[in-house]
Amino acid sequence: MPGTVTGLAAPLALTNVDTDVIMPKRFLITISREGLADGAFADLRFDDTGNIRPDFILNRAPWSDATILVVGDNFGCGSSREHAVWGMRQLGIDACIGTGFAGIFYDNARKNGLALPVVSAEARDAFLQLAGSENGVGFSVDIRDRTIRAGEMTIPFSMDDATRYALIHGADDTRDTLAYADAIQAYEDGLADGMRVSVIK
Amino acid sequence: MTRTLYDKLVDAHRVCDLPDGGMLVYVDFHIMNEYTSPQAFSGLDSKALAVRRPEAHLAVIDHVNATRSQEPHDAASKLLIDNLEANCTRHGIAFYGLGDRRQGIEHVVVPEQGLVAPGMLIACGDSHTTTYGAFGALGFGIGTSEVEHVLASQTLRYKRLKTMLVEVDGHLPPGATAKDIIMKVINVVGAGGANGFAVEFAGSAIREQNMPGRMTICNMAVELGARAALIAADAKAYRAAAGRAHSDMLHFDTEAWVSEPDAEFDQVFRIDAGDIAPLVSWGTSPDQSVPIDGAVPFATPDMPPGAKAALTRALEYMGLEQGQPAQSIHIDSAFIGSCTNSRIEDLRAAADILRGRKVAQGVGAIVVPGSALTRMQAEAEGLDRVFIEAGFDWRPESGCSMCLAMNDDIARDGERVASSTNRNFEGRQGRGARTHLMSPAMVAAAAIAGHLADVRAFQQEIS
Repeated sequence: MPGTVTGLAAPLALTNVDTDVIMPKRFLITISREGLADGAFADLRFDDTGNIRPDFILNRAPWSDATILVVGDNFGCGSSREHAVWGMRQLGIDACIGTGFAGIFYDNARKNGLALPVVSAEARDAFLQLAGSENGVGFSVDIRDRTIRAGEMTIPFSMDDATRYALIHGADDTRDTLAYADAIQAYEDGLADGMRVSVIK
Repeated sequence: MTRTLYDKLVDAHRVCDLPDGGMLVYVDFHIMNEYTSPQAFSGLDSKALAVRRPEAHLAVIDHVNATRSQEPHDAASKLLIDNLEANCTRHGIAFYGLGDRRQGIEHVVVPEQGLVAPGMLIACGDSHTTTYGAFGALGFGIGTSEVEHVLASQTLRYKRLKTMLVEVDGHLPPGATAKDIIMKVINVVGAGGANGFAVEFAGSAIREQNMPGRMTICNMAVELGARAALIAADAKAYRAAAGRAHSDMLHFDTEAWVSEPDAEFDQVFRIDAGDIAPLVSWGTSPDQSVPIDGAVPFATPDMPPGAKAALTRALEYMGLEQGQPAQSIHIDSAFIGSCTNSRIEDLRAAADILRGRKVAQGVGAIVVPGSALTRMQAEAEGLDRVFIEAGFDWRPESGCSMCLAMNDDIARDGERVASSTNRNFEGRQGRGARTHLMSPAMVAAAAIAGHLADVRAFQQEIS
């Protein structure tokens, strides 16, 4: 990811949008990370016969082209399913602006280049209103200086250093951690026998 | 410096600090299921990485399997099941599959097998891994990329959480259970109220709980947004961890796994257990609950617009009216199961209500024991007969089943379910399905009455 995410923002004001809503379970019976774009927000985007729900924000012009969401409190709560983030990324979402996110969702987002800037409730409400203006509004989320610029607004956001670094540098955490193999080995060498789990097969 | 239990657990597992401000923590034990692990194994393959310590992982089938029989109900679920077994065989990882008497819902299996002990750090690609806090162990859910990370390195990148103390003092009134304690806490603290926190539960009402009750409380703490839930390890916890298949191998006794007496928490909530009644959820978020003798709430003029919109949307989805008495809500089905409430004690509590009674006409009732061993224990006690004679469908296999409807137990559009599970989200138990959360005994009472019902009335009759 470059240091800045820019694009049209869509307002999604619902509170407690959980990962069952973001990625319904019928899309989870898969061994692949791919093919999840249709599943993202499926029950909000489509009715039970598969027809588009014309009133849902991401089905309406211009927000059907949105790459940024402004969301309600506690977005991403519930299940640990990373499929929720994979699906949002495959749908073309690069950032979600909110007041707070569920922890597992937050970590999953970082691993997949989805930026989750956290702002105050007042700022979020103002962004919701702005994003909903007719013809839509372009937002710019600058990860480097932790600032959102939209319309006349320039608002700082919070994001922990590790997440910010990972988003900018597109780190592969697994490989990067293996550089600490010596420290891991040293920790393991210090474990008593009763602290080394060995599951009976 | 005085430390909380959470801080002690994090300190004991810190491998090293990272330049990005986080740290690496060591994962003593890691559990996998068939739906959040496939892409982690394929990630290892694509990076040509090995599993660092295959013996420190356990894989269990629970999320997608049918519970009517061991036969997968469709090709897609069979693929997930076979895929996990193949991955485990290839990497030398223990696999408890269908037909294995140790199989069941992962968070029921792990304590049953003695794979949790005070002082451990346990990770799993499932949000309800907070369950292990009941033992004074640090358990938390992770995503699939993190599953890959643990497999390769036996560690996780970690950022220390803030700490919250939830103190529940006093005694629970008759009819109220551990499920009602945690539903009350969620109601008070809010569905996202503990985002970014590790929550420690303390107080006399928590200490009085048996281990299954404490597991129910820590299990559902994730519905507060808590990334970790903890209860001080006491004699009950050590007893429950002992005498099981793995118990003798595990000793993590480098510390007393309790918060020091003057440890400070970032946030504190106090709840009087005497105020807790049997609760039912009415909405689509676990914090939307009322006492069973109460009513669906009204929108109030001072409500923020967001809260009012959420209330309206929840009522519309649930097909309910403001002010409607909880006990006037008729149900189509009843479900007893899930990692929250499917242990033997849960089945006994429901059976006590069902004994000699019948499920109301038109109500479909299902019970899915939490593990194969739980089912065998229940059958040895004759509980299966109680459920079957009352009109419940007693499932011969174990799994998550209708808690999240990833198998063939899917509620219909509009179907209203009294459920001993943990989430009443829109679509959770099936597209358009309407979930009411409550304790297993309350589900039994609702199944008999045909509507949400007060378990205390049934208990009085028994006594």
